[in-house]
Amino acid sequence: MSARKIVVTSGKGGVGKTTTTANLGATLAKRGKRVILIDADIGLRNLDLVLGLEKRIVFDLVEVAEGRCQLRQALIKDKRFDALSVLPAAQTREKDAITPEQFSAIVDQAADAADYVIIDSPAGIETGFRNAVAGAAEAIVVTTPEVSAIRDADRVVGKIAAVGKPIRLIVNRLRPEMVRTGDMLSVEDVCDVLSIELLGVVPDDEEVIDTTNRGEPVVLNESNRLRAIYEKIARRLEGELVPFTTFDNQSFFGRLIDALKAG
Amino acid sequence: MIEFLKRLFQKQGSSATAKERLRLVLMTDHLELAPEMIDSMKRDLVELISRYVEVDRERIDVTFERQDRTLAMLANIPILSVNRPNGNGAVTEAPNPAPAAAPAAESRPAGAPPVRKRKRRKKARSVRANLPSTA
Ligand SMILES: Nc1ncnc2c1ncn2[C@@H]1O[C@H](COP(=O)(O)OP(=O)(O)O)[C@@H](O)[C@H]1O
Ligand SMILES: [Mg+2]
Repeated sequence: MSARKIVVTSGKGGVGKTTTTANLGATLAKRGKRVILIDADIGLRNLDLVLGLEKRIVFDLVEVAEGRCQLRQALIKDKRFDALSVLPAAQTREKDAITPEQFSAIVDQAADAADYVIIDSPAGIETGFRNAVAGAAEAIVVTTPEVSAIRDADRVVGKIAAVGKPIRLIVNRLRPEMVRTGDMLSVEDVCDVLSIELLGVVPDDEEVIDTTNRGEPVVLNESNRLRAIYEKIARRLEGELVPFTTFDNQSFFGRLIDALKAG
Repeated sequence: MIEFLKRLFQKQGSSATAKERLRLVLMTDHLELAPEMIDSMKRDLVELISRYVEVDRERIDVTFERQDRTLAMLANIPILSVNRPNGNGAVTEAPNPAPAAAPAAESRPAGAPPVRKRKRRKKARSVRANLPSTA
């Protein structure tokens, strides 16, 4: 049976595509799935670094595309998991060093040996994005609850919908306390504006930066709350109906509490 | 106390503004990304209005404009002629002649410089439609 081929994309940079790819991949691998992560951000390689695998790179995506090595030679196995590996992007090549056909062929080859192939897309809507989407059968769009990120997300949603691929949304870096005071768009607002299905909500958590510094996906930390959150996302991906944690909207009572607090 | 009540009942913060602005900007983005849709909307509009009055198909102008909390579609459709109402006040549903062959009674003379959009709209010889701003 062939793997699910999922692209993680956003339009805007810095909203959490790589973080999402790494943690979702790690979570699925912990759940016993065979996972291959592909960094499609040619020239701005990052996934290896976030996962702490940067020292082990031998070959990269472009070298596989050019036939200079086998896919399995380029895959870096993450030893912390039974079956998680990463295909790094090329760092010193141009974005158009690879065609959508070449990229899709590599994804398909990876899919033969995995349950999930997750593609970390570059920002933007140009070549790199098009390659990443061409290789996938479904998409996860990541956004933060900010106007510019949402506008860009809407743009990529339009592009992906135009090629008929299913899309689900992850709202990243939510700050519930700001939502409660009406200073940040709520998940409901974001879904309303983008009108796509919600896959998950990841709160903003300082520990993400700390764990990224060390090259450890945050889900490896037993005590971090994001561990359970990515777990839920993984289960939804697998088709389970998992209820969403309610991150308080600006309800009457929310305002009452805030008003009381503020005195 | 007043401050307290204000905090309690007012939806404060910038999120409401953010949502409103986003809704409008996305609608505008979607329209800009779908010129074919606007063209076909124009065609349908003309077809509909031509059932009642004769319009100048060459000079139809459709634009979109942000107006406070809504996005408005402004369709400027010059009317060439209006049939005399019949006995019961209904408009006759005459087949519309080709615009070229029509008497250019109320249109500006051929070759005249285009009138600015706003001015033309004030002349009230145009049809104006508001799109609902909720998608
Ligand atoms: N849920 C989160 N909480 C806190 N920081 C986050 C979260 N998700 C991502 N970040 C931080 O945001 C920055 C951008 O994330 P990254 O995954 O590299 O974005 P992208 O791949 O979309 O450019 C990084 O510094 C990362 O540590
Ligand atoms: Mg990235």
